[in-house]
Amino acid sequence: MAFDYDKYLRPNKLPHIWCPGCGHGIVMKGLIRAIDTLGLEKNNTAIVSGIGCASRLPGYLDFCTLHTAHGRAAAFATGIKMAKPEMNVILVGGDGDGTAIGGNHFIHACRRNINMTYIIMNNNIYGMTGGQFSPCTPTGAKASTTTYGNPDPAFDIAKLAIGAGATFVARGTAYHANQIDKLIVEAVQHKGFSVVEILDDCPTTYGRRNKFKSVIEMMNRLKEVTVPIKAAEKMSPEQLQGKILTGVLFKEERPEYTAEYAKVIERSKGAK
Amino acid sequence: MEKKLPTIEIIEKYCKGCHICVEFCPTKVLEMQGFVAAVKNLEACIKCMQCELRCPDFAIKVTP
Ligand SMILES: Cc1ncc(C[n+]2csc(CCOP(=O)(O)OP(=O)(O)O)c2C)c(N)n1
Ligand code: SF4
Ligand code: SF4
Ligand code: SF4
Ligand SMILES: [Mg+2]
Repeated sequence: MAFDYDKYLRPNKLPHIWCPGCGHGIVMKGLIRAIDTLGLEKNNTAIVSGIGCASRLPGYLDFCTLHTAHGRAAAFATGIKMAKPEMNVILVGGDGDGTAIGGNHFIHACRRNINMTYIIMNNNIYGMTGGQFSPCTPTGAKASTTTYGNPDPAFDIAKLAIGAGATFVARGTAYHANQIDKLIVEAVQHKGFSVVEILDDCPTTYGRRNKFKSVIEMMNRLKEVTVPIKAAEKMSPEQLQGKILTGVLFKEERPEYTAEYAKVIERSKGAK
Repeated sequence: MEKKLPTIEIIEKYCKGCHICVEFCPTKVLEMQGFVAAVKNLEACIKCMQCELRCPDFAIKVTP
């Protein structure tokens, strides 16, 4: 049978608002398949976002959903997880939302290692507001605010997450659609703060300014610039020049925040 | 023995005409008919499901 996405979607919400070829829809489908594999219960699963095209995602899903303020998904999600540690909490959003205005909340969620999963759709741009550059816009690329080429170096979201203390970090792409759900499944199963970056495409505000003739060219680029981490082990530094690694990039065990906080509550009960 | 053909359903009211399914089908089963995707050569389908996985718009369903 074709996969039944409908049972996880709110009725009469399709077609979604995303532009033709926008990768956010591919990521949403991956998330739905992951939720199906994991058997997450609708009433015990919160999907939380900030603002942006990517952040529109929770509105389509028939779960406990929260569409918050720009960059604040991690703050609201942390509140939910602290109040209800047994709840599955999944954050979704864009590169702008998560690494610009929300960068602070992002790094502190990583530092605390709170048991939630954060899916960042990185299309290298502020799509929703007309293509301003984000901290993930590559050096030299054109945005509506960098018409002569972006002078800034871009964040590597995975390295940022690892450096800040996330205990599971993975990367996939919208082109490699059948890998998206597998990465999300592993991320959700991990006990701690897990980050899944999906390299995404925004044909409307990024593609057309950066000489991509079509969404197909953008997809082909995702295929060409990425190398699975397993394959990279057998490649020389020259062969890896300019390549972006995909797969599970980092994983470690470290005390989880809600469990540690429960201990604080216990300790406080004995205090005079 | 005759091989069982899959069913490919294209939900035209959801299709946004992005070409992704058409371009990345390994056996060129699909084509654009005007604005929307359509099945051109069902016999060639190898049931890899890539079109369904990659369609951003929930517009194509393959039942192997
Ligand atoms: C406090 C605040 N500042 C600015 C904005 C305007 N704004 C809306 S979405 C957005 C950027 C979204 O970019 P990203 O998170 O990458 O999502 P995309 O649209 O690319 O999927 C901005 C700056 C806002 N809504 N609220
Ligand atoms: S503007 Fe870009 S990110 Fe927003 S829906 Fe369109 S293609 Fe997607
Ligand atoms: S299932 Fe595979 S072979 Fe069949 S139409 Fe889709 S992409 Fe083509
Ligand atoms: S991938 Fe989906 S939306 Fe795009 S042309 Fe094919 S059926 Fe239509
Ligand atoms: Mg973006």
